[in-house]
Amino acid sequence: MEPGLLDLASVGWSIALKLGLLVGFFLTAPLVAGYMEHKVLAHQQDRLGPMEAGIGPIKHGVGQLVADGAKFIQKEDIVPAAADKWVFSLAPGVALVPGLVVMLVLPLGPGLFGENLNAGVFFALAVSSVSVLGVLMAAWSSANKFSLMGGIRAAAQLIAYELPLVLGAAAVVLQAGTLSLVGIIDAQATFRVFDIVPMWFVLPHAVGFLLFFVAALAELNRPPFDMPIADSEIIFGHMTEYTGIKYAFFMLAEYAGMVVLSAIATVLFLGGWYALPGVTVPELINGVVGVFGFGPYGFHPVVTGLLGFGVTMGKVLALVFVMIWFRATFPRLREDQLQRMSWLILIPLGLLNIVVIAIAKVFG
Amino acid sequence: MTDTLSERDTGVLPGGPGEGVIVNVRDGGDIVTQDMNLNIGPQHPATHGVLRVVIDLDGEKISRATPVIGYMHRGFEKLAEARDYRQIIALVNRHDWLSAFNNELGVCMSVETMMEMEVPDRAQWIRVIMCEWNRILNHLMFVGSFGLELGAITPLFFAFREREDVQHLMESATGGRLHFAYNRVGGVKEDLPAGFLQASTKMIKVIRQGTTQYRDLLFGNEIFMARTKGVGVLPPDVAMEFGVTGPTLQATGVAEDSRVSQPYAKYGELDVPVPVGTNGDSYDRFVMLLERIDASTYIIDQALEGITAGACNVKLPKIVKAPEGEIYTRTEAPLGQLGYYLVSDGKKNPWRLKMRTPSFYNVSMMSYLLQDALLSDMIAILGSVFFVVGDVDR
Repeated sequence: MEPGLLDLASVGWSIALKLGLLVGFFLTAPLVAGYMEHKVLAHQQDRLGPMEAGIGPIKHGVGQLVADGAKFIQKEDIVPAAADKWVFSLAPGVALVPGLVVMLVLPLGPGLFGENLNAGVFFALAVSSVSVLGVLMAAWSSANKFSLMGGIRAAAQLIAYELPLVLGAAAVVLQAGTLSLVGIIDAQATFRVFDIVPMWFVLPHAVGFLLFFVAALAELNRPPFDMPIADSEIIFGHMTEYTGIKYAFFMLAEYAGMVVLSAIATVLFLGGWYALPGVTVPELINGVVGVFGFGPYGFHPVVTGLLGFGVTMGKVLALVFVMIWFRATFPRLREDQLQRMSWLILIPLGLLNIVVIAIAKVFG
Repeated sequence: MTDTLSERDTGVLPGGPGEGVIVNVRDGGDIVTQDMNLNIGPQHPATHGVLRVVIDLDGEKISRATPVIGYMHRGFEKLAEARDYRQIIALVNRHDWLSAFNNELGVCMSVETMMEMEVPDRAQWIRVIMCEWNRILNHLMFVGSFGLELGAITPLFFAFREREDVQHLMESATGGRLHFAYNRVGGVKEDLPAGFLQASTKMIKVIRQGTTQYRDLLFGNEIFMARTKGVGVLPPDVAMEFGVTGPTLQATGVAEDSRVSQPYAKYGELDVPVPVGTNGDSYDRFVMLLERIDASTYIIDQALEGITAGACNVKLPKIVKAPEGEIYTRTEAPLGQLGYYLVSDGKKNPWRLKMRTPSFYNVSMMSYLLQDALLSDMIAILGSVFFVVGDVDR
């Protein structure tokens, strides 16, 4: 397997580098998503959102989440008397860590990934659904009826929505012929619709993309599928009894989940780091300046990697934006309506999608 | 164990001993399940204040629901017996804080009728205009909060945008944003400020744009429809048995409105549209709010045409005393029929002031509507029967 940019000659150093970057990304990306949620939601609702907290001279609330984090650390850490203390304390960690682990295999730029696993898709989907275990632990150990109801809803939701998520991804795997996330991006670069038009998988897999995105929303407990934490019904679901830094962990897990699942969707359907179908950023730049008679320029692999990272993040944040937009627009579905939608619409649709893709793949 | 639990089922009183434990054992073949007793409130985000609903849950299904009221009892009826009639105006502002002006009006009308007082025409017109603006304020609040309870956060902010403007308008005349205290026995406190009528005309346009926007936002929304249509269906006969009035009753198809059936102020001279629903479900109740906002703007339009110049209050004796006797005055408050039963023994304080507040009757019907509903539907139902907890407990 082709080594990534982060694979240095010394194994020890490359692990240190990977871990450093991973943790850095893990701690900043959710903050960006969270800040986006603050501001996008505010402007969609005729509000300004946070305006004061800033970093240095830059205001507009960019430091709001950092300030929130500092506030959460200072808050009293309350564990209910009747709670199962160990499980209660472990739950936020269990909810948080899978997000971190999934980021290990996410290819964010050419050569920019922790590990290029052969079974990357499988690994990412399997690990990301572990976080619901944290939700269940929190719900059960809180000794609170509202938490328990939230946990039961979350469990039911997981069972119903894991399947459409996997079905949507499976069709892509079938098309690309590989489970490796990097392999899927490469497959999209050479993919042609009817052997002519270069295109990402999002067009032939429109149904799969829709399934994946809807299921991701449900898996993340984002509106309109936020029944497990429905604040007007069951207070705050599994998070009802949490305070301080543990609560902050859950919030961080939510935003990390948004980034992770958006990133997986970007890799599977939106061509990853390619600026246009089959065209990387350096190729695009050389193409444009070539029209004016300049270039072609050579790009250092690190620069290429960073440019690709920028493109990936642009796509990820666009998906995050859509998630936030949904929150501003839709009321919450009811639990039984959600189940009906999953089992009667999404899953049959997902199976049909796989059949159609398989036939197209074999005969097309 | 089963024995004690089933005993509980027969004898558990909300708030009493044994409450909060698991009740009612169900034998569903292989699996024996137990109902869960759950307290919604008095501190809960969905109950608009401190209403408490004790429910027994079979999974997500409510097998029994009991509203428990009294957490905001402030003794208004008793307080009124120790206040003179000017002070009572400030008092009744506060039992339903979202319809302050309509509340004042009822008390003033009671005293005026007992004293056989002629209220000047201009005062009557001003009362109509203010009543309707207050009604719009109230309904906008519920339009916003209903969306919020269903998980749509945006309508609330849009509704509050318009509410803010209407509050500015009412503040310019009354000096208050929530508690107006603008009515007086015999008229209103003072004449409208210059430019109020023009500002009202402009404001009507803004409100109409706003309601169009809420309709766009919610009625084209599949999820909103799925959550509200056919949920919490209230038949008209049940509604009337419980004494439910206002938009909640109109949604069931009964065109009852005190402004039409027993006109007061200048309503007799105006065309008052009474919207009615067809199914009496949550959706219809919500539609009623928007229709009633439209009706109110239509009434204000007419009142702005009809308003006459002249005095807007009468000279009162130093101490206002209602003559001995009793009277029941009913008006159409935003949430339904508001009645004041005033008994006077000729002194400066009422001997008894009984309030018939619409929210109380809306809440009393809750057990009926919540029976066999889902927990999620409970929110759609609570949000759409329109009550203010202060108005329930008084």
